[in-house]
Amino acid sequence: MESRRTRIALGVWVAIVLAFLYLPIALICLYAFNRSNVQSWPIPGLTTKWFGPAIHNGEMQQALWLSLKAAVVATVIALVLGTLASFGVHRFRFFGRDAISFLLVLPIALPGIITGMALNSYFTYWKVNFSLLTIVIGHATFCVVVVYNNVIARLRRVPGSLTEASMDLGADGWQTFRYVTFPTISTALISGGLLAFALSFDEVIVTTFTAGAQNTLPIWIFGQIRLGQQLPQVNVVVFLILAVTIIPVAVAQRMTRESGILRTE
Amino acid sequence: MAAGLDPAQGLGGSAAGGRRRIGGALWRRPWLKGLSLLAPPIVFFVGVYIAAVVALFVYAFWTVDPFTSLTVHTWTGENFRELWHGATYHDVALRTILIAAAVTLTDAIIAFPFAYYMARLATPRMRAVLFVLVLLPLWASYLARVYAWQLILNQDGLLNWLTAKLGLPPANLIYTNTAMWLVFSYIWLPFMILPVYAGLERIPHSYIEASRDLGAKGSRTLRSVILPLALPGVVAGSIFTFSLTLGDYITPSLVGGPSSQFIGNVVYDSVNGAGNLPFGAAFAVVPVLIMGVYLVIARRLGAFDAL
Repeated sequence: MESRRTRIALGVWVAIVLAFLYLPIALICLYAFNRSNVQSWPIPGLTTKWFGPAIHNGEMQQALWLSLKAAVVATVIALVLGTLASFGVHRFRFFGRDAISFLLVLPIALPGIITGMALNSYFTYWKVNFSLLTIVIGHATFCVVVVYNNVIARLRRVPGSLTEASMDLGADGWQTFRYVTFPTISTALISGGLLAFALSFDEVIVTTFTAGAQNTLPIWIFGQIRLGQQLPQVNVVVFLILAVTIIPVAVAQRMTRESGILRTE
Repeated sequence: MAAGLDPAQGLGGSAAGGRRRIGGALWRRPWLKGLSLLAPPIVFFVGVYIAAVVALFVYAFWTVDPFTSLTVHTWTGENFRELWHGATYHDVALRTILIAAAVTLTDAIIAFPFAYYMARLATPRMRAVLFVLVLLPLWASYLARVYAWQLILNQDGLLNWLTAKLGLPPANLIYTNTAMWLVFSYIWLPFMILPVYAGLERIPHSYIEASRDLGAKGSRTLRSVILPLALPGVVAGSIFTFSLTLGDYITPSLVGGPSSQFIGNVVYDSVNGAGNLPFGAAFAVVPVLIMGVYLVIARRLGAFDAL
């Protein structure tokens, strides 16, 4: 239907946008192998000599460990609350049902400084000291919606007749959940969990308001970049993070064909 | 009872019996089941998130004693008066809003033809590939992507090298508003492409055929059929591009100059630098209000069905 010329023009546009999306990512990967400790273009040559010091950097390791702990706990909370909310909203019709979806998406739809500043005020009001717990609470608020979206999209696609059949065959509520419902949503759970983990692991704006003096890995990287310190090591860490986060996201995508944050069907 | 099929029988009959009694009780009272499912997430969100936003508003009306640096719990509009009369804060707020709007518009213009190709021209296989290719940068580390742009835009970065090769004067974009606009447009682009694509994909092919049968040319079909139907998707994407730009302070502090402060920078500095939490809270109320208005308009335009 579109004219030949329009089609070619659109195809070219897609290629340009893809180049725009991937060129900076490719470049940052290249800089990880930069032989010089000056970050200029063109780089003088390739080396892997920065990998050793970067991986053995004590501050970086501590920040990484904190980030991993926070991401694991936040993901577990998000899985529990997101799954409960999706079952509740999917199964029952009640007043204010739409308000719940809206409530869950708020922490991610509202600007990051609002969530961060609000939590900071809240913790300060109750004189709660900033700790792993405050980081986790902050991350959980915006990770729940990722699990929720994944699970509810799956529930909508599974016909209700499956549970009915299970009940007709004499299974009780728990057995139906264990042998019918759970297997149908398991990949949505894994996918939602992986995305929640990736989101938490990478978050920086809200975290700077809920971490106090602690350094998560993104906060450590931010500090180094801003001050221009240890940049060769930062390049390596950033490269490794890119490599490691791409994997769970790709796996999650294969499992559900969902985007995670945005509903695309 | 289909006891023979019960794999949990080995656990002991009484446990299964108890489970069944609970199951039965919940079955007879569906509201109880709904409540027990929804109570934990609602309690968490109201108890933490909503309560925190309330705390933000409360702090906004408090002040800090300049001598003792302690928060004075007396209600006053002092912070808002300072914001209202401070020309610097006007500039900061205006800059934040204008760049957020420019980023949203830029992303919409870049995303639409891309999403159009994805939804209407690409083969199903190609569509799936493009979907993943758009999605991956969205999840790739935010800081890594901003940092990559810092390296590109630097004095001795890729961009100035390119302009020198082409015999042009150096672009020197680093630490400017243009740099922030460019980097934000890059970072949030996938957030625009995906909902626009979803919106375009939902338009039935028959509508376009009908438009053609009625004698409309390609451009007329685009203007009168496709664009209005795709609008909710564009608005849904704009919520993210606008809101995420509005609430950022990392990109401004990495690629923006000393006079490129965002609302977020002032908020962050007043909490972590000046120790003036109430003032930071008051300034953070500004994006809350802006987003409130934005979400009301977005809802009118049907963006929430596309979200």
